[in-house]
Amino acid sequence: MSAATQPAPAPAAAAPPPPEAVRRAAARRRRVPYLLLLAGVAWLLVFFVAPMVYQASTSVQTGTLEDGFKVTWHFATYWDALSEYWPHFVRSLVYAAVATALCLLIGYPLAYTIAFRAGRWRNLVLVLVIAPFFTSFLIRTLAWETILADQGPVVSLLNDLHVLDVTSWLRITQGHRVLATPLAVVCGLTYNFLPFMILPLYTSLERVDGRLHEAAGDLYATPLTVFRKVTFPLSMPGVVAGTLLTFIPASGDYINAELLGSTNQQMIGNVIEAQFLRVLDYPTAAALSFILMAVILAVVTVYIRRAGTEELV
Amino acid sequence: MRLVRRLRANLVVIAGVLALVYMILPNAVVLAFSFNKPKSRFNYTWNQFSTDAWQHPCGVSGMCGSLGLSLKIAVYATIAATVLGTMTAFALARYRFRGRAATNMLIFLPMAMPEVVMGASLGTLFLNMRIQFGFWTILIAHVMFCLSFVVTAVKARVMSMDPRLEQAAQDLYATPTQTFLRVTLPLAAPGIAAGALLSFALSFDDYIITSFNAGNSVTFPMFVWGSAQRGTPVQVNVIGTAMFVLAVLLVLAGQLVGGRRKARG
Repeated sequence: MSAATQPAPAPAAAAPPPPEAVRRAAARRRRVPYLLLLAGVAWLLVFFVAPMVYQASTSVQTGTLEDGFKVTWHFATYWDALSEYWPHFVRSLVYAAVATALCLLIGYPLAYTIAFRAGRWRNLVLVLVIAPFFTSFLIRTLAWETILADQGPVVSLLNDLHVLDVTSWLRITQGHRVLATPLAVVCGLTYNFLPFMILPLYTSLERVDGRLHEAAGDLYATPLTVFRKVTFPLSMPGVVAGTLLTFIPASGDYINAELLGSTNQQMIGNVIEAQFLRVLDYPTAAALSFILMAVILAVVTVYIRRAGTEELV
Repeated sequence: MRLVRRLRANLVVIAGVLALVYMILPNAVVLAFSFNKPKSRFNYTWNQFSTDAWQHPCGVSGMCGSLGLSLKIAVYATIAATVLGTMTAFALARYRFRGRAATNMLIFLPMAMPEVVMGASLGTLFLNMRIQFGFWTILIAHVMFCLSFVVTAVKARVMSMDPRLEQAAQDLYATPTQTFLRVTLPLAAPGIAAGALLSFALSFDDYIITSFNAGNSVTFPMFVWGSAQRGTPVQVNVIGTAMFVLAVLLVLAGQLVGGRRKARG
């Protein structure tokens, strides 16, 4: 880090300036970062931190929409919410974890190809990876309804190959359908968050010196060993960043579960949305939000400890 | 045998290409179905080729209005988030000061928070302060979640810049203003552009946070969401395709300009 490396321009060989002026200049320079920060930090404090604090107080309120809500330190809301909706929490975490694993599995070869094997196609492929960011993801998620439609070519093929018999036995699809099953939701989640996995992976793979591969090869390492001992460890910052960028939003997502799933695949995001926008039970929505945050924080903390990287923030 | 060996040598590339196909497949479907003439309200099965939707892209009530609202919010949110975010990024990358670590944390948190949590809490706050939901509440929310991404993009760029270039400018008697405008800003420009582009895309595309803060206003993602229940009009596919093509052209053009500048320098 090369912060604070702007020394005052040295007055070469001239008489030293009066100390008073120097001190004032230094004081002014010390104020600069705070002035620069003021607006951005204020925005986040007012519209990000304050709502969180307010949400915390909402979660221990009781009341109705007509009579108004009052803080009554009613912590039972947390317990009630958890005991009623724990299957949704479990489902969210499982779906998000599976989608994250699939993103890594699908995204790594692509990031690797772009970084080391794409040659002059590199820029085009990168554009194709970024482009989905600019097309409405809702429209693309709806397109999966067409792709996975009951009479569509994908489902017919999977049926002919008897794949759906196996997946139905595994309880991730039902009968001869893919839509409205866990498989469809996970497929949508994987698809939607793939760019968030690929870009960090690519960034960290791009920094890996290709000569290291040659050196390892010269030392009689097989390609697999090169990958296991050189490439993959060096890409760990990207793996950690990518998995977090995928797992966290995926566990709070409700769009894929809503559009590609049925009521049996609802995730915790669906419940929070319904409690807030339809049931208008704000305390429960707030409590559920905080439980989700706590769970994610716990999972992420354990994960970062185990993956061990300091290049996160 | 040779084929097998070549396939094995390129296993990674094959997997990569398959991943790319997986990523682009929905875009291809959106494109194809923008030329469909659906039999019912639901544009999910192929019926007949038609260019109707392309000839009347605004032929559905409410859609182009929502598109305009989304564009307006995205432009304003991008400008605000880019200005605030760039200032914040410079402070974090260039100065050591008390509270720097806390500020870094504050910037990181919104990116690590599920959208549904942010949306619901901001919505609760507005609700209780009895602030009318609509254009301004959406804009405030969008600036809030775009800010962190701009800061991260600009900070990365500023930290990789060589401070000696600015010292050299000052050695050559450039004033601080001149140094900033002619050396610092051009060097930081790619980071700022990346941040702005990302923030435009995020704002334009956001559904979750917006849905908690929009009241009766309908942005384009909210229109698409609503239409999913009633039967999505073909025009939605037209807009989706146009956005994809425009984005690809824009990014390619940007890379061409960047590449040429690099070649010249």
